[in-house]
Amino acid sequence: MTATPPPTTSTRHALAIELSKLAKSFRTPDGPVHAVRGVDVAIAPGETVALLGPNGAGKSTTIDLLLGLAVPDTGSATVFGRRPTDAVAAGAIGAMLQTGGLIPDLSVRELVTMMASLYARPMPVDDVLQLAAIDDIANRRTNRLSGGQTQRVRAAVALVGDPELLVLDEPTVGMDVESRRGFWRTMRSFAAHGRTILFATHYLDEADDYADRAILMARGRVVADGPTTVIKAMVGSRTIRATLPAADRAVLHGLPGVISVDRHGAAVILTCSDSDAAVRALIDTYPEARDIEIAGAGLEQAFLELTADDAADPAGSLPQKEPAS
Amino acid sequence: MSTYLRYELVRTFRNTRFVIFAFAFPLVLYVVIAGPNRHVHDLGGTGLSAPLYFMVGLATFAVMTGAVSSGARIAAERSVGWNRQLRITPLSSRAYLVAKVLTAYAMALASILLLYAAGIAMGVRMPAQDWLAMTALLLVGLVPFAALGILVGHLVSADTIGPVMGGTAALLALLGGTWFPITSGFMYDLARGLPSYWLVQAGRVSLGGSGWGTLGWLVIAAWSIGLTALAARAYRRDTRPA
Repeated sequence: MTATPPPTTSTRHALAIELSKLAKSFRTPDGPVHAVRGVDVAIAPGETVALLGPNGAGKSTTIDLLLGLAVPDTGSATVFGRRPTDAVAAGAIGAMLQTGGLIPDLSVRELVTMMASLYARPMPVDDVLQLAAIDDIANRRTNRLSGGQTQRVRAAVALVGDPELLVLDEPTVGMDVESRRGFWRTMRSFAAHGRTILFATHYLDEADDYADRAILMARGRVVADGPTTVIKAMVGSRTIRATLPAADRAVLHGLPGVISVDRHGAAVILTCSDSDAAVRALIDTYPEARDIEIAGAGLEQAFLELTADDAADPAGSLPQKEPAS
Repeated sequence: MSTYLRYELVRTFRNTRFVIFAFAFPLVLYVVIAGPNRHVHDLGGTGLSAPLYFMVGLATFAVMTGAVSSGARIAAERSVGWNRQLRITPLSSRAYLVAKVLTAYAMALASILLLYAAGIAMGVRMPAQDWLAMTALLLVGLVPFAALGILVGHLVSADTIGPVMGGTAALLALLGGTWFPITSGFMYDLARGLPSYWLVQAGRVSLGGSGWGTLGWLVIAAWSIGLTALAARAYRRDTRPA
C-alpha cells in the first residue's frame, strides 16, 4: 500500500466519471420500471459532456446514481476513482438537480454563505455571486425571486464548493433565451478552470453549443456516444412540409438531401439530412410548392428512429433485483 | 459547521408564522388561563399558586410542540428538494441532525424563558435550584421529541405532516398525563413508559415533585436513543425526489 496521493495527482490519473454496467430499477404500482439498463460511460477530467435523451430515457436516474443519491442494483459508478458518496463528502462534486427550490427566510448571500461553509475549500462568496450573476440580488430573500433568479442561485449553490465535477440536470428548463445564454456564460467561465461538466438536456442545440461530447440515452441505455458534431448529424434531421398535390414521389426522393418521403393528402413531408439543399432543389423542381415549413425533427423522433431495433428488447434481460427503498 | 448552524437558527427565528406559533401561542394561552387566577394561591387544594401551576404546564407543552413542529419545517424543506441538495454537499448526516436538534433546543429554551418571565411577572417565586433543576430536566426530556420531529419530518409529506404531528403530540400528551394527572392502574403503567410523562414530571419538580429517578432516566434514554437512530436512518434513506 502506498500513501494516498494528493488530490490533484489522483484526479489527473483517474477518470472523472466511470459508469460500468450500471443498472437500476424501481418498483411502481404498475410493476418494476427498469430506469437504467446497463450503462457504460467513461468521462475524462476536463471534458464537458451533454447527456441527451427524451424524458424517461434514464438521464436523471443515471445522475442520481453517480451522485450517490441512489444505489445501483448492479454495476458501479465511480467519481475520480472514488465511490460517489466519498467524492461528495470530499467536496469534489457540485450539482444542480432537476427539481428543487430554495429554503426560505435567508437572503441570497446568506444562503450561499451557509452552503459555502460546508466545504473545506469554497470559492469566495463574492466571486460566486458575481460568477452566477446574482450580485445584484444578493440581499433579496430567497422566497422573493423569479424562476430565472432562483435557477441562478441554485447554480451558485452548485458552484460554491469549487467542485472538480459539476453535474447539471436539465438546468435551463423554464429559462428564457436570455437567461439561458447568461447561464451558459457562467458555466463556460467555470469550465475554463479545467473542471469537468456533465449536463443532462433534451435540447440538441444546447448540447451542440456547449458540450464537446454528447451521450445519447434512450430507454435506459446509451445509444450513441461521440463528438457533438457527429451526434448532431445523426439526430439532427429536419422535415420539410409543403402543399404540392402534383408531385411525383420518386422525383422528390431523388432531390439532394432527402432521406424519405411521406404524403398526407395534398401535403408532402420530406425527411432530410440536408434541409437547405433539399428546399432549394424542391423550389427549383416544383415552383408551385406552397405553405413550405421546415422543422427540426425533434430529439424524440430522432431517438425513436435510432432505437427502433431496441423496441423488441426484453425488459427482463437484466437482473430484477428490487431497489433498496 | 458553526456558520451552517448560525444560518439555520437565523432562518428559524425569522420565520414569522413559526415564531408566532412556537412563542406567542403558549404565552398568550398562559396569560389567558393564569391571568384571571393570578391571585389564587392554593389551586384546587394543591397548595400551589395558579401562575406557577400553569407556567409549568405550559412550559412542558411548549417544549413538546416546539420540538415536534421542527418536523414540519423539515417536511417543507423536503418538498422543495432541499434534503437532496444537502445530500450532495459534504454535510454529514450527524452534523445535519446535530444542527436540527440544536435549533429545536434554541426554540424550546426561548419559549420556556418567555413563559418564566411571564410567570415571574405574575408573582411566581422559586428557589434558584428549582428553576435550574426544572429547566435542565425539561431540556433533557426534549431530546426524544426533537428526534421524533426529525423522524416524522423525513417520513411524511408537507401536506400531511400537520395532522400526523398534531395527532402524535396530542396522543403523547394525553397518555403522558399532560392534561390531567394519571396516578394508578394500567394507564399509569403505560404513561410511565412514555417520554411525555417524564417531561411532565420534569416540570413538576418545581411543584414539589421528585424528578425522575432511575426509571425516568432509563425511559428517556431509551426513547432518545431509539428515536435518534430512527431519525438518522430516515434522513439517510430520504434521497428520492419529492
